[in-house]
Amino acid sequence: MTAINRDDVAHLAQLAHIQMTDAELDRMAGELAVIVDSVKSVSEVAGQDVPATSHPIPLSNVLREDVVGHVLTAEQALSGAPDSADGKFKVPAILEED
Amino acid sequence: MTELIKSSAADLAAKLAAKEVSAVEVTQAHLDRIAAVDGAVHAFLHINTDEALAVAAEVDAARARGGADAENLHELAGVPIAVKDLIVTIGQPTTAGSKILEGWHSPYDATVVKKLRAARMPILGKTNLDEFAMGSSTEHSAFGPTHNPWDLDRIPGGSGGGSAAAVAAFEAPLALGTDTGGSIRQPGAVTGTVGVKPTYGAVSRYGAIAMASSLDQIGPVSRTVLDAALLQEVIGGHDPFDSTSLTDPSTGLVAAARLGNVKGMKIGIISELHGEGYQAGVEARFNESLELLRSAGAEIVEVSCPNLTYALGAYYLIMPSEASSNLAKFDGVRFGLRALPTDGPMTIERVMGATRAAGFGDEVKRRIILGTYALSAGYYDAYYGSAQKVRTLIQRDFDAAFAQADVLISPTAPTTAFKLGEKLDDPLAMYLNDVATIPANLAGIPGLSLPSGLADEDGLPAGVQLLAPARQDARLYRVGAVLESLLEEQWGGPLLNKAPQLPTAASNAKESK
Repeated sequence: MTAINRDDVAHLAQLAHIQMTDAELDRMAGELAVIVDSVKSVSEVAGQDVPATSHPIPLSNVLREDVVGHVLTAEQALSGAPDSADGKFKVPAILEED
Repeated sequence: MTELIKSSAADLAAKLAAKEVSAVEVTQAHLDRIAAVDGAVHAFLHINTDEALAVAAEVDAARARGGADAENLHELAGVPIAVKDLIVTIGQPTTAGSKILEGWHSPYDATVVKKLRAARMPILGKTNLDEFAMGSSTEHSAFGPTHNPWDLDRIPGGSGGGSAAAVAAFEAPLALGTDTGGSIRQPGAVTGTVGVKPTYGAVSRYGAIAMASSLDQIGPVSRTVLDAALLQEVIGGHDPFDSTSLTDPSTGLVAAARLGNVKGMKIGIISELHGEGYQAGVEARFNESLELLRSAGAEIVEVSCPNLTYALGAYYLIMPSEASSNLAKFDGVRFGLRALPTDGPMTIERVMGATRAAGFGDEVKRRIILGTYALSAGYYDAYYGSAQKVRTLIQRDFDAAFAQADVLISPTAPTTAFKLGEKLDDPLAMYLNDVATIPANLAGIPGLSLPSGLADEDGLPAGVQLLAPARQDARLYRVGAVLESLLEEQWGGPLLNKAPQLPTAASNAKESK
């Protein structure tokens, strides 16, 4: 496994939609390198034959009746939105204008 | 007044039922205490005075009417409680300790909050936490840290330092916490209080703002083991709104806490979770607890869980991976903050980037980036996939250990409370605080922390942790209550009696005159 570097962090920050300054990228690259180094031992112990656990107590087929249940009104759903119009969330432009 | 705030929830419930005191008096006494000491402790982010007093008045009115109204009151009706600000509440803001949710009001109640309302427990307010419950000290709260009532220059643990400090400072007899890697138990240990992480799924997570969904668990924070049992019975049980909720009833916990014997029980010391790396005073109090349990007729055995060595690594891959997904919803569109980029085109992508940059603190950003890394193509198998395998190995270790012992035991945290600021610049050192609590979350098993005494070197509280197999939470309450009573016999009363007097707003005012 390779160490995490500043370019990786810049790319990951973009994927995670977090704008970062140069100083933040420098600092985070250093911190994450230490953390990644300390967690990589997990791959040493996890052999091919070990099944993965995604959920501590496996439950299957957790279903409910197919009827309208507990729902928020449009007004409730929009109550915490930074911007809304006509009963809908209002978002900035999706595409960049040229 | 002092007597009221120092009473356990069980004692308050008895006094209320006997009409020795009214719910309004009990609630007001706690609100007064908050007004007096919370300036110094900063356990609360929001105080819910009017609603709490209104609920208390309803309880008093029902009790005064008598008949069915009084008989139908829940045992804890009128006993006030604080709620960690990660759990959503109608009528109060929920911030998760983050700028991104500052001032946000949830349009719905968490299931546990609905249950508190059904039991008519006045909600005193919302308690401080590390942002989105990410931290072990509350220093990552966007609204300033909480201070440990034992020493205001020290951390109260985290992420639920606000709930633990509120209970330790007698601002509330009970509180709700959430525990993803130790956020209920570790604050309990460093503040000399009791905290329980129930079996995964025993308490509904609906309305707890998710960090890592396969690890998160809501649980009780209190000053006594019995009080925690009473509270878990209120909040536990099946919830169709949480698809990971277990169908087991949350009963038998109070009875277990009242059982009062451990004769013949096998209690296993986990070899990997004590000794090297644990502060001498923490280890000494731990050994005394073992002796007390032995003297009460329990058999102490040593068990080994070799894969716990990898638990911290697995946790710091699984938790950030899940957190990075769960926190993607904070996009500046649906709720909370929207920040605009200072220049360039105003597209949704750039608004999102600016919003998350302005709204999230350093630790949250760190974990989102780490999770995004662990889940990215090329690394997924080596990191996230391997961590999930380690999770299986740890579950197998616990299965083997519980074949030899009814309950496992360890110190809750390796050290007592450290100074505010001491580990803030060293994320890895901060993460190591949870080395003994994380395994229970990975395995989904229940864990309880109770005070084991004061460490000799610094006079600060240490904690002892009990672990039981999944769905056997009752065992924790049974053993915990016995150990608590043996320890209190030695101390001559609750450990918190030894805590220093807190500066109060009134006494500060006097001094400044």
